[in-house]
This record gives sequence, structure tokens and C-alpha cells, in this order.
Amino acid sequence: MTLALAFEQLLNGIQFGVMLFLMASGLTLIFGVMGLINLAHGSLYMVGAFVCAYVTGLTGSFWLGLVAGSLGAALMGVMVEVLVIRRLYHRDHLDQVLATFALILILSEGTAWVFGSQPLWLDIPSILKGSVELGVLIYPVYRILIIVVGVLVALGLYLLISRTRIGMRIRAGENDREMIGALGVNISVLYTFVFAVGAALAGLAGSLVGALQSVEVGMGEPVLILAFVVIVIGGIGSIKGALIGAMLVGIVDTLGRVLLPSLFQWFMEPSAAASVGSALASMLIYLLMAIILAIKPKGLFPAND
Amino acid sequence: MKKLVISMAVSAALVVTTVASAAPTKIGMITTLSGGGSHLGIDVRDGFMLATEMANADLEVIIRDDARKPDIAKSLANELIQKDKVDILTGIIWSNLAMAVVPSTVRGGTFYLSPNAGPSALAGKACHENYFNVAWQNNNLHEAMGHFMKGDGLKKPFILAPNYPAGTDALTGFKSRFGEAEGEIFTKLGQKDYAAEIAQIRASNADSIFFFLPGGMGIAFMKQYASSGLKLPVYGPAFSFDEIILGAVGNSAIGVKNTSQWAYDLDNAANEQFVKAFRAKYDRTPTLYASQGYDTANLILSALEKARPSDKDAFRKALKSADFDSVRGSFKFGSNQHPIQNIYVREVVAGDGKKPTNKLVGIAISNLQDAYVSQCSL
Repeated sequence: MTLALAFEQLLNGIQFGVMLFLMASGLTLIFGVMGLINLAHGSLYMVGAFVCAYVTGLTGSFWLGLVAGSLGAALMGVMVEVLVIRRLYHRDHLDQVLATFALILILSEGTAWVFGSQPLWLDIPSILKGSVELGVLIYPVYRILIIVVGVLVALGLYLLISRTRIGMRIRAGENDREMIGALGVNISVLYTFVFAVGAALAGLAGSLVGALQSVEVGMGEPVLILAFVVIVIGGIGSIKGALIGAMLVGIVDTLGRVLLPSLFQWFMEPSAAASVGSALASMLIYLLMAIILAIKPKGLFPAND
Repeated sequence: MKKLVISMAVSAALVVTTVASAAPTKIGMITTLSGGGSHLGIDVRDGFMLATEMANADLEVIIRDDARKPDIAKSLANELIQKDKVDILTGIIWSNLAMAVVPSTVRGGTFYLSPNAGPSALAGKACHENYFNVAWQNNNLHEAMGHFMKGDGLKKPFILAPNYPAGTDALTGFKSRFGEAEGEIFTKLGQKDYAAEIAQIRASNADSIFFFLPGGMGIAFMKQYASSGLKLPVYGPAFSFDEIILGAVGNSAIGVKNTSQWAYDLDNAANEQFVKAFRAKYDRTPTLYASQGYDTANLILSALEKARPSDKDAFRKALKSADFDSVRGSFKFGSNQHPIQNIYVREVVAGDGKKPTNKLVGIAISNLQDAYVSQCSL
């Protein structure tokens, strides 16, 4: 493997990781602050992508679509929080899983009812098509944009949580939910806000990825599973853990897909190596999770330690 | 008294048989109508239903969506066979789903006609008298492209396909005619991000790309390939370049060659009638999947004119004679009940509207029979 290829695959891994971070940060924030397991997070990702595709089709501007996708998902998040999720904070985790799983079904069927069950194809704006040369390698502009957006979001979240009053409340909420309520903070507004931020990030991820891949019903669930792997690895409730976990999962998955088949070629014939290697590569992140949990049962950066 | 009872019983039985023969033939269709593989199932369904409407046939078709999930397909098959008691089952798009459903279905005595999937196992060792493939054996289009690319002077293709039965059949078929490739990759079925694969192709010494990525996978790959800066010529089976995929990827596909057992501009009367009727009813150009659904329905209708599915031997014989006007022109079954047919080459050209389209340019292999027929005991 040449240096250029290794570098390009590393960038691919980072780009995948950044996308996972956008999902996982919202998920982990919601769990950390409200103690809620939100399976419907993947549906918010899907809602964002559909709104983005719809608005882009209507206005012809992908940028408007991107903003609308994030806002649309945030709006849907607020609606869902006020109507359903609010009743779940004091309930058992199993009740939360059941209710948010129902939300997945409702949102998927609802989206299929409104937009149809065939995928929508969102196009990348023409200035972002094509590739640029970065030293030894050529890399698509759009994927660079995803990395930049992810880094900005990570920075923004860091500033929001460590430097602002609302961030202070979020941190306080993570540490002691009853106490912050007793101190006079309007806890239900804080919860709705956190949920909306998480939903907006999911919507943003959905919109960005939708343009690269496709926008379809059920697109959120595979990502949701990966996002859960990320927050379990990173430590549930920790934004820093989500960032590190997302990068780990993104890079391990991408490099595994590339390296394992060629590794097996040393002692197997090419077609067998290709199929065994790719089968093993799809298990790799779960192996990673199992190993990390065996060493650090609470994940890499447990939130309330 | 005894006589009266007997005659009553006989007349009752007669009534029952006349009622039974007046009841329409029941066909169960399990196909993919949602998610990234949905346009294949939708076209098979629409082609099939178009044929039944044009023939004004007395059929009851029960359509179910499998969402490309083997477990769902399996339970739908059980429901259709046991509860609805269908005479014929059809419709499955994906080979992994076909392998989950077909063997037990045909062993249980229900006819299965495949309008799309043609896994090698079902053409060879696991062939069955109640299983008919109206589309192709999985290897066919790919082996034809291997043959064509070799003739075109290409030396080092990079080949990729999803890791499921049709994907392994595809690359096996390609290599059976071409020889070893420069590199080969199996991707995940339903994968939508191909950055890692495109990087590997870039780093290899390949002079061309052959890929089998049907449905949404093909759209995602072509879109990402177009903006990768790579300029290698691209080849594939028609599954990677059907009219719906071309509509979504746009002009970046122009110039691509692909192989198909059918083309909408293939010159025969049945095809002309089909394409015209399909466009009039659905306002789009049919894909090869639609042509396969249409042919499957017409094969069933031709057999129903000769025999009832309840008379299994006669109906099987009627199906096997393939006495219908295929939109592919000549069509006949080999001894393993898979088609022997021409495989054509098509080229993607600029269309009249915004979308590019396929144009027939020649024959890759004529009267191709699959490689597994000798393993079948039929």
C-alpha cells in the first residue's frame, strides 16, 4: 500500500468518523443530561435528509436545504420531545426503548406516506463536485467539507458546553438532575433545548450524507446502531468520548475494509480472501467495542466518574 | 335412497369442480417495494401487472413487499402458500432472498417463476422441476461483459460486486470469460459509501472498472466515482446502468458499455408493443426488470391457456414449452429450466431530455446457456 493510498483511506476514515460524531454527540448529550435512551435519533437523521432534499428540490439551493434539514429535524425533535419523550424521563429504560422504537415505526411510515418509499436523489452543488489535490493525493471537495463541518461542530459544542451559561446548566444537569431543578433552573426548557440541539445535529448529518449517498426511508437505523457503538466505546454521556469513539470506529471500519482482504491474500486465493476479509471487516468495530469494554467497562471516557 | 344420495353427492362434487375451475388462478408476488432496492421490485411488478391487464386475464395477484430482508421474504412466502394457498409464487429480486424462499417452496409443490434472481445453486445441483427462471442465470450478463471486454483489448480491470450470492456469481461469471482481474472487492450488500473502494481503485494499476451494483448501490457508486477525479472507463451489466440509475447519475455515465438480455430498442413486434404500452401507462421507459416481469406474466398466461396449475405435470410441460412472444425475441428453456438467450451490448448515450439513455449497439454472446446446466439432474 502506497503512502498516498494510506493517507486517502485515513481521510475516508476521518470523514466517516466525523459523520458518526454528528449523530453520536446528540445521542450521548440526550442520554447524559436526561438519562434517556433515544432510539428515534436515527429517524431524526432521516427527517433531516428528507427535509433537505425537499427544500433543495423546491428552491434549487443546497445550502438552504442544509439549513432547513437541520431546523426541520430540530423542530421534529421539539415536537416529539413535548408530545412523547417528556413523559419518559422518569420511566424505566425499557419503557423508553419501547416508546422510542414505536417512534421509529411511526416516523418511517409517516415519511413513506408523505414522500413515497422510493429513494430521493439529492445532488451535491456544482461548486463542491470534483476533487482537489492535497499534496500526494486527490480528494473530493465535498468530503473535505464534511470533515470541516464536523470539526466546526465539535468546536462549537465544546465552546457551548464549557463557556456558556447554558453549557454550565447542561453540565450541572449531567451531574445532578434534582439539584439543578431545586436551584430554580427551568429544567423542562433545558431538556427541550438539549433535545433540539441533538436533533439538529442528526438532521445536519442526514442532510450532508444524503447528498453523498441517497435519501430513503430507513436510512437512519444502520447509522443509529453505529452511533450506539460509538457512545458505548466513548463512554455514555461524554462528548469527548463521542468524538474519540467516532474517530476510532470510522478509521477502524474503513481501514479494516481495505486491509483485511489484502491481509488474507497472503495465505488464501484472491476471491476467497476478498469474501472472508470483507465478512470479517464488517465485524471489526464490534470486536473493537468488545475489547474496549473488557478493559474499560464504562467506555473510554465515562461521564460521571 | 342410496342412489339418490350418490347422485346428490356426484352433482355436489360437480358443482364444486366447476366452481374451482371458475376461480381465478392465484399468484403470490413477493418483491422489493421499499428502500434502496425498490425500483427493481416496482418495475417487475409494473411489467407483470401490465401484461395481465393487456391480456385481460382472470388472475388474482397478491403483492407483498419484502424490503430486501430474507426473513421477511420467508415469512411472506409461508403466509402466501399456507394461508392464501397460491398456485404460483414469483417476484423475488435478490438472490439471498431467493435462496431463503425458493428451495422449500418448490419442494412443497408450489411453482416458482423467477423474474430476476438466478443464483448458480438453483441452476445446478439444487435445480428443481417446479422452479423456472424467466430472467437469466446470475452469471450470464457478467460473463458476456467479460467476453466483450477481453475482445475490446482491456487487460487489467478492477472488479467489484456486493457480497451475496448474485455478487459472487457475477465475479465468477466475469472471470470465467475474462481471466483474472487486476483487483477484486466484495462490498457489503446495500452499502452506500464507496470512498474506500474508489481509493483502492485509484491506487491500483487498473485500466478499467467492471462493477455489479444494482439499485441504489449503483447510483451511489457512480455519483461518488464521478466526483472522485478518476477517469478510468467503466463497464458493467445492465443492472448497474438501468434507466432509473441513469436518470439519477446523469451525464457522467455517457459512453459506458453494459450488457443486457433485453433493450427497449430491440427490434421485434412484442417488444415494440410492450415499450409503447409501458410508457403510456407509467410515463417512463421500462428497465430490464420491467421486461422480465412482463415476460414472466406472459409465460404464465401462455401456460394457463393449456393447463391448470392444479394439474401439475401438464402445467409444468406447458411452462417448459415457453410458448409465448418474449420481448427478447427468441426465448427457450434449457434442460435446467433456465433461459438460453442472446446477451446484447448497450451504450449509454445522451437522451432527448435531461437524462441519458441506453442504445443497443451489438451482440456480446448469442444463444448463451448457463455454465451450471450439466450439474442439474433434470
